[in-house]
Amino acid sequence: MKLSELDKGDRAIIKKIDSSEDLKTRLASFGVVRGSELSVEACSIGKQTMEIMVDDTLIGLRAEEAKEIEVEKL
Amino acid sequence: MDTIKIVLAGQPNVGKSMLINSMSGSNGLKVGNFSGVTVEKTELCFEHHCHMFEMIDLPGTYSISGFSQEEKVAHDYLTNEDYDVIINVLDSTHLKRNLLLTLELLKLNKKMVLALNMADEAKKEGIEIDVKQMEKIIGVPVVLVSANTKEGVEELLEKVHEVADSQERIKSNILYSDAMEEEILAIETFLTQKGFSLRDLSNREIAIRLLFEDKDIYKELHDEPIMMELQPIILKALQHLYTHHDTKNVQEIKANEYYAIARGIHLETVNCQRNRGKKSLTKQIDEVLINKYLGIPIFLFLMWGLFQITFTLGAIPMDWIDRAIGSFGDFVGSNISNEFMRNVIVDGIISGVGAVLLFLPNIIILYIGIALLETTGYMSRVAFLLDGFFHKFGLHGKSFIPLVTGFGCSVPAYMAARTLKSEKDRLITLFIIGFMSCGARLPIYVLFTGAFFGADKAGNILFLIYISGALLGLVMAKILRVVVFKGEDEPFVMEMPKYRFPSFTLIWHTVYNNAKSYVKKAGTFILGASVLIWVLATYPNQPLLDKEYQAKIEQQSNKESIKTLENELKMKKMEHSYLGQIGKLTEPFFAPLGFDWKMTVSLEAGLAAKEVVVSTLGVLYAIGDDVDENSNALAHELKKNISFASAISFIVFVMIYLPCLAASMVFAKEAGGYKYLAYLFIFTTVTAWIFSFITYRILL
Repeated sequence: MKLSELDKGDRAIIKKIDSSEDLKTRLASFGVVRGSELSVEACSIGKQTMEIMVDDTLIGLRAEEAKEIEVEKL
Repeated sequence: MDTIKIVLAGQPNVGKSMLINSMSGSNGLKVGNFSGVTVEKTELCFEHHCHMFEMIDLPGTYSISGFSQEEKVAHDYLTNEDYDVIINVLDSTHLKRNLLLTLELLKLNKKMVLALNMADEAKKEGIEIDVKQMEKIIGVPVVLVSANTKEGVEELLEKVHEVADSQERIKSNILYSDAMEEEILAIETFLTQKGFSLRDLSNREIAIRLLFEDKDIYKELHDEPIMMELQPIILKALQHLYTHHDTKNVQEIKANEYYAIARGIHLETVNCQRNRGKKSLTKQIDEVLINKYLGIPIFLFLMWGLFQITFTLGAIPMDWIDRAIGSFGDFVGSNISNEFMRNVIVDGIISGVGAVLLFLPNIIILYIGIALLETTGYMSRVAFLLDGFFHKFGLHGKSFIPLVTGFGCSVPAYMAARTLKSEKDRLITLFIIGFMSCGARLPIYVLFTGAFFGADKAGNILFLIYISGALLGLVMAKILRVVVFKGEDEPFVMEMPKYRFPSFTLIWHTVYNNAKSYVKKAGTFILGASVLIWVLATYPNQPLLDKEYQAKIEQQSNKESIKTLENELKMKKMEHSYLGQIGKLTEPFFAPLGFDWKMTVSLEAGLAAKEVVVSTLGVLYAIGDDVDENSNALAHELKKNISFASAISFIVFVMIYLPCLAASMVFAKEAGGYKYLAYLFIFTTVTAWIFSFITYRILL
């Protein structure tokens, strides 16, 4: 399933990242790579943006970017 | 005295600026800001143990292989410039992620020291770091420091000396995944067997770079005969890595490898006693501040507070400054006998510079507010909350603050746009700030709505003016995004930093530097330009006219008619001044909008400052220049001389066209050149003309 489909409080493991090279580099520098575990900490109204936590780092991202990340819910 | 040139590199939010402050603080600080194209790097010098330390503070970046403006600046500097030592600053509480940048920096093969900042915070959170072990693995000196308590800062400086003087590098013991190590060994052995060597790189390092498809190494090896034999080995090795990592993307393989290394180093050197079950303070605050329902109301309340403080509290010192400048002008004026000199100095220079200084309280308060939002970590949350709405118009969540500030005054608004990191987002925001009607335009609106709608309806009309301006701005943002700033949207992926208590010194530095640069840079230009506009409105001298009216006035005994004659003289003088001549010359351009030459002149004078529009109208309609928006006489005159359609068309034009001179100068500086000011001028004038034209034709 996609990261964008998760709700607040869910935990998941990243399976695949389908973004552009540029974004992949950025995500990797945050520790968002295949195999890392994340939890969804907050969603804004209408889930336009969501806050996730990876390795003690809080990251905010747009729904569009979250759609490109394939995860497996824990 | 020897100079050691040091480059500071690190990810954002690791406290780099704070560390610089505490490193140089006791050693005599000399900070100079010089700006690159758009991203600033700070340079400062200080003395330590008979060495001159020259420091370059690079913008904080998560990586140096990315494509963002900051990353390019950092990367280009690190690879092309000449320097002695890199200090890599890391956040001790987020070591794993910070080490990813360290791994990239190691590839530069330069002398380096790791400064693990915020050591005090880490200790408090129960994080223990084995520095010796980390040095052994990475192969560079590691120092625990805290910019806050200054512990370890002296040790860091000592280490920099040592590293700068040493010739030998400690060997690093960084290990990649088994598959990767196997292939590195294969290539390394082959290179050693062939007796190959390149620059100061070890064969292991060459092997790693070949496997990660480093473009530079391939370029260098391209003409070497060894490449022929090497090729099949590399191909085989890559096949192995592809299966191991389940992807054919080398960048991804690299990212995975680096991440695994960072995790490995973290595991071997960091002992975390933290209670896992307990929610961190940051998470608890986030529960409230970015709550789905509470988040936006809380933010709006905070904004309202900041806005109130900026413009109500700011109004008090503004009043003092205004009065001080007024009496200073009178004082100077009474001491200069030469009339020309007196006019230039009092009406030109003093009032021009005064107009600049007048904004200073606003700017300072606003900057304190913004610095607070930034250093506490709340700004990122604001972007998070508002991005959904603003993204629809091609803007970024952070655009909100400059735009709202624009309702008060465009000058601080343009400066507030600096918080936007993406070039495109920032430019679009800068271009539409003017659509948020600033406080100085209010008198014009009040005058015209009062005159043409009556006091009872004026309030609603005013509201309508502000709202339609803002909406138009958003629509324009969308148009700019689609037409001018085309291309992919900047992705929204940002770190939500930990909430921190703001540091007083850091805020003071930011506010002080910004205020200083405003007074210095904007001041000189605005000074020149206001003198110019004043000259245009006052000259050429018309002695004949003066004489004629002097004679007429002397004949009158009635005070009332003397006043009328004086006003008439002012009007005639204005009409024949250069500004008046320009107004008449450009009248045909404004005729389709229903403006006569008097309205045209006021609009043009309004380029200096919007307050001038009302006083110019006062002069031109022969009421005198000491009128304000509440002047009934002027409103009456306007109603008599201007048609309803022309008046509305005038309001629309004022709503959209270029803000005042002070703002224009700040805009040029923030956007990155006068070229952009020319674009802004064309953009706003054309838009204003079109909308005024439509309004005029509809109402006619």
